[in-house]
Amino acid sequence: MTKNLKTFVLAAAAALGSAGASAQTTLNGAGATFPYPIYSKWFDMYGKAYPGVRINYQSIGSGGGIRQFTKKTVDFGASDGPMTAKQLYEVDGKSIHVPTVLGAVAVAVNVKGTDGKDIRALNLDGAALTDIFLGKIHAWDDERLKELNPGTALPGSPVTVIHRSDGSGTTYCFVDYLSAVSPEWKKKVGVATSVDWPVGLGGKGNEGVAGLLVQTPSSIGYVELIYAKQNNLAVAAMKNKAGKFVVPSVEGVTAAAAGAKVPEDFRVSIVDAPGAESYPISTFTWLLVNEKNPAGKGAVIKDFLKWMLADGQKAAADLGYAPLPENVKKMVAAAVERVR
Amino acid sequence: MSAGLAEAPSPAPPRPRLSPVEGPGDRRFRHAVFAAAAVILLLAAAIGAELAWNSRLAWKAEGLRFLWSSTWDPVEESFGAWPFLFGTLYSSFLALAISVPLGVGSAIFLAELAPRRISDAATFLIELLAAVPSVVLGLMGVFVLVPAVRAVEPALARWLGFLPFFQGHAYGVGMLSAALILSVMVLPYITSISREVLLGVPMPLKEAMLALGATRWEVVRGVSLPYARDGIVGAVFLALGRALGETMAVTMVIGNTPKVSWSLFAPGYTMAAVIANEFAEATSDAYLHALVAVGLALFGVTIVINGLARLLIARVTRRSA
Repeated sequence: MTKNLKTFVLAAAAALGSAGASAQTTLNGAGATFPYPIYSKWFDMYGKAYPGVRINYQSIGSGGGIRQFTKKTVDFGASDGPMTAKQLYEVDGKSIHVPTVLGAVAVAVNVKGTDGKDIRALNLDGAALTDIFLGKIHAWDDERLKELNPGTALPGSPVTVIHRSDGSGTTYCFVDYLSAVSPEWKKKVGVATSVDWPVGLGGKGNEGVAGLLVQTPSSIGYVELIYAKQNNLAVAAMKNKAGKFVVPSVEGVTAAAAGAKVPEDFRVSIVDAPGAESYPISTFTWLLVNEKNPAGKGAVIKDFLKWMLADGQKAAADLGYAPLPENVKKMVAAAVERVR
Repeated sequence: MSAGLAEAPSPAPPRPRLSPVEGPGDRRFRHAVFAAAAVILLLAAAIGAELAWNSRLAWKAEGLRFLWSSTWDPVEESFGAWPFLFGTLYSSFLALAISVPLGVGSAIFLAELAPRRISDAATFLIELLAAVPSVVLGLMGVFVLVPAVRAVEPALARWLGFLPFFQGHAYGVGMLSAALILSVMVLPYITSISREVLLGVPMPLKEAMLALGATRWEVVRGVSLPYARDGIVGAVFLALGRALGETMAVTMVIGNTPKVSWSLFAPGYTMAAVIANEFAEATSDAYLHALVAVGLALFGVTIVINGLARLLIARVTRRSA
């Protein structure tokens, strides 16, 4: 019986033309929570296309993903922030950061104009955003905000800042942007998955931040782009490097990745990327894979990554993730060849 | 007079323990229960040791200063647990300040005054409250309590603003909301246990007091409460233990800001909440060890408070005996 099943699966795998995928291969991965929806969809789709392969993924957070990947307790890791040089040094053997999709962080606001109506459109630039989060801009009718928003009836109410209280890739991307545009932020606060916030209230998770935001009058916070869209939050248009105000969107994020200079190892931050269409608070999210894998697994990982670049990317936009731009896809395809 | 009566129910002097002839079955039983008891102690010791080992980097880097340093900067890897320690203790004691009078008061009503049928029904409902998952209470806190607190805070500031406890911006989320939600969570423990203990007060004592012409209030104060004191204190410390460790409901309403402030309006942070919030994404070893060190501190606080509770109970019992 078992033998028959094996033969059947082998035959099916062969028929589907998956040269590398041998019967009953299980891959285990762990890491970032932000791309979990798209990853679980991919693993499900891939498992259906190649019945001999099962990929399990636990969304335990980027920190846990990096730790488990370093200890080799999983076949691959996943992270929203690139590993540091020191962390890479601790990994036994060479590894590759494979960018999979892109995400963005939306700056959401809840403020009523002097006319009593909700302000749905607001322009911000990096300097003003940084000063709000540093606690230097206290009120909505600050001169700089007025200058950025001519014609908007900004009220004199105090600004309440809301940030994530849990460590997250969203926070990493957001403060990475603030550090890129403000030396003061870089020096005083810095970049990490959670930081020592100068001002504000902490909400747990995207839903916690959104909950506080909706309830607290005259507040500003940041959430994942997908989350802001699903909940119809009022988001700010950010001034990008080219001087254009861009509202966060899937297209703006892919444009940022296309405009950024991506190095060979893909460990790059694409915040404040050049390009007229680029949304400045964008980030890659990565799968962490070893170049050298245990027998039988390397070929499957490689096959999955190739599938991810071809078929997987098409599923991204539906779930609110930005697909990789063409130039990055080509680079990733070349890097994937190194997986054995 | 009340003191004299309170002495009456004190138990008879302890008799020397009987030591019957021990058969092989008895011995096996004795060893089995000893092992069961020892496992619990070993487990607690193992938890302490594991926490200490996995937080060693934090203690090495910060020393005991970790306990009273107020910086929590994951970027610079400089960690101090004081804001969390303060937040945990402050929110828990505030919660007790609200729930002890309420809980003991309602227990007295349920045990002494209410008709038995109403008392049983009400107790059932109160115990049901203890079964509500904390995340549900947290959600209620976010959607009902916090807006209400935000609406009330400006009035409090206007009338009581001269006190340091009622100053600052009215965010809604903060220490006051956390203390209120915690008090709701621990109330069932205090009420339910106190009621049981009060129901255990021997009827003849109360009847004797009434026969002497005491009012109901005098009976409660002179007989019931002194007799039930140990049990009530135990209930309060059980509630305190629950409040110290509560994570989810608190983190949803406290504002999660590691700053020390006596104002009830100010956002704060607790030890359990910071561990739950930051553990998953703590990438560096130093960061992880600092979070485990917070866990060890919480473990220590729980032990110290339970120890103090034992001492308090022992002292009170001795004084009344």
